[in-house]
Amino acid sequence: MTLAKRIIPCLDVDKGRVVKGVNFLNIRDAGDPIEIAKRYDDEGADEITMLDITASHETRDTTYKTVESIASQVFIPLTVGGGVRKIEDIKKLLRSGADKVSINTAAVENPDFVKEAADKFGSQCIVVAVDAKLKEDSSSSWEVVTYGGRNRTGIDVLEWTQKVADSGAGEILLTSMDRDGTKEGFDNKLVFKVSSSIDIPVIASGGVGNLQHLIDGIRQGGAEAVLAASIFHFSEFTIQEAKEAMKASGIVVRS
Amino acid sequence: MTQVVVIDYGMGNLHSVSKAIQAVSSSESIVISSSTDVIKAADKLVFPGVGAIKDCMEAFSVDLRETVLEEIDKKPTLAICVGMQMLLESSEENGGIDGLDILDGKVTKIKASKEVKVPHMGWNEVKFLKEHLLLKNIPDSSFFYFVHSYCCLSSKDALTETIHGERFVSCIAKDNIFAVQFHPEKSQGMGLELYKNFLNWNI
Repeated sequence: MTLAKRIIPCLDVDKGRVVKGVNFLNIRDAGDPIEIAKRYDDEGADEITMLDITASHETRDTTYKTVESIASQVFIPLTVGGGVRKIEDIKKLLRSGADKVSINTAAVENPDFVKEAADKFGSQCIVVAVDAKLKEDSSSSWEVVTYGGRNRTGIDVLEWTQKVADSGAGEILLTSMDRDGTKEGFDNKLVFKVSSSIDIPVIASGGVGNLQHLIDGIRQGGAEAVLAASIFHFSEFTIQEAKEAMKASGIVVRS
Repeated sequence: MTQVVVIDYGMGNLHSVSKAIQAVSSSESIVISSSTDVIKAADKLVFPGVGAIKDCMEAFSVDLRETVLEEIDKKPTLAICVGMQMLLESSEENGGIDGLDILDGKVTKIKASKEVKVPHMGWNEVKFLKEHLLLKNIPDSSFFYFVHSYCCLSSKDALTETIHGERFVSCIAKDNIFAVQFHPEKSQGMGLELYKNFLNWNI
C-alpha cells in the first residue's frame, strides 16, 4: 500500500484551442481542450495540466471558460498555468474550477509571490513551474530560465527549488529546456538532483519520446509524477499503455 | 425532493464538490449555501474544507457554527479533507488549534522526508477496516486522490486507513457522520460512487 506515481498529460492551449497538434481517433474536434481532457480522463490520467500559452491578455476570459468546462466534466485534479502573475489571477482560476495553479515567471520576478499565494490559498494548490537549462560550460549544474528558455536568469536551480519549497510551494513542475521537444527523455540527472534535495513532490517534464522515458523519470529521476504532451496527443501511446508499462516495471500506479 | 446543502463558509472549491454530486444525482437538489435557514431545511449536509485549518475555523462565523453543530448532529453529513479535520478534537496546524470535537482523533503533521513527500499529493489506496454503506460497490484498497500535509493517526471510529510513511485514518464513520481525508470529487469513478452512496444513504 503506497502512494501511486502519477501520469499527467499536458494540454498547451492558445486562445481556447489545444495547439502543438493533437491527433485522436473518435474526437469530433481535435483542438477542443474539453474533449481532449475527457479522453485523457477516460484513459486513466491521474491529473490534467493545462498551460495557457496565449500571449495577449484579452483572451483570459476564454481561459476561465475552458477551465470551467473541463472542471465540470472531468473529476480528476486540474492544474492550470501560463500567465499567472497576480493573486487575483489565482483566485479567478480556482473559482473557475482549477485545483492547482502553476506559477512560473512571476515567481522569478517576485519571489514573495509564492509565499503570498501559498499563505492565501494553501500550499496544496500552488505549483511552481521551474524551467531549467544547463549552465554554459557545465554538465551538472542548471540555471532557471524564463520566457521559454530565451532568458537566462543566472539563478541556480537547486537553490531556487529549495527557496520556493521553503516559501510554501506544494509541488515543483520541473521542465528541462535542454530536453523539451527533443524526445530524448527527461534530464534525469537534473530531476534526481532536485527530487533528492527537497521534501515536496517533483513532476518531471520535458523530452518524453517513449514509455521507457516515463519509467526512467520515476526510477532514475525519483520523480513523484511524470508529465508529457506529444506522445499522448498523437495517440502514439495511450495513458493506459503508459500505466501498463510502468506497472510491468514494478512502479505503483493507480489502476 | 431531497435537498443536499454544501456548506459555504467562505473556504474551498465548493463548485467541484457540487458538480460531482450533480453528476451522480437523479432527483436531489444540490445547493451551495451559507444561510442558516437553508442549512436547517437541508436533508443532507456536505462539509468541505481546503487550505489552512485556522483560516477555515476563523471563516466559520459564530452563527453559522452554532447552526452547523446542531444540524450535523442529526443529518447525514459528509465531511471532506479539512472539513474532516475540523470535526476532530484538535490540530497541530498553525501552532495548534481546537477542533469542533465531534469526532474522536487528533490532527498531526505528516513527517516529511526525501522519500515521504509532503504534501501527501496524489492517488493512494484506501484499506477498509469495516464495512459501511458509503463504501458499497467500491473495492477494498481502491485508489482515491489525496492532498494534505496534516493527518489523523488514530480514531476509535476509524473506518479505513492509508499509508504515507505512517499509517493514518482516511475515513471516519460515526452515526450519521462520514468523514474523508481524500477528495471524492477528484477521485474519478470511485469518488463518484461514494457520492452516489451518500445520496442513497438514509439513517
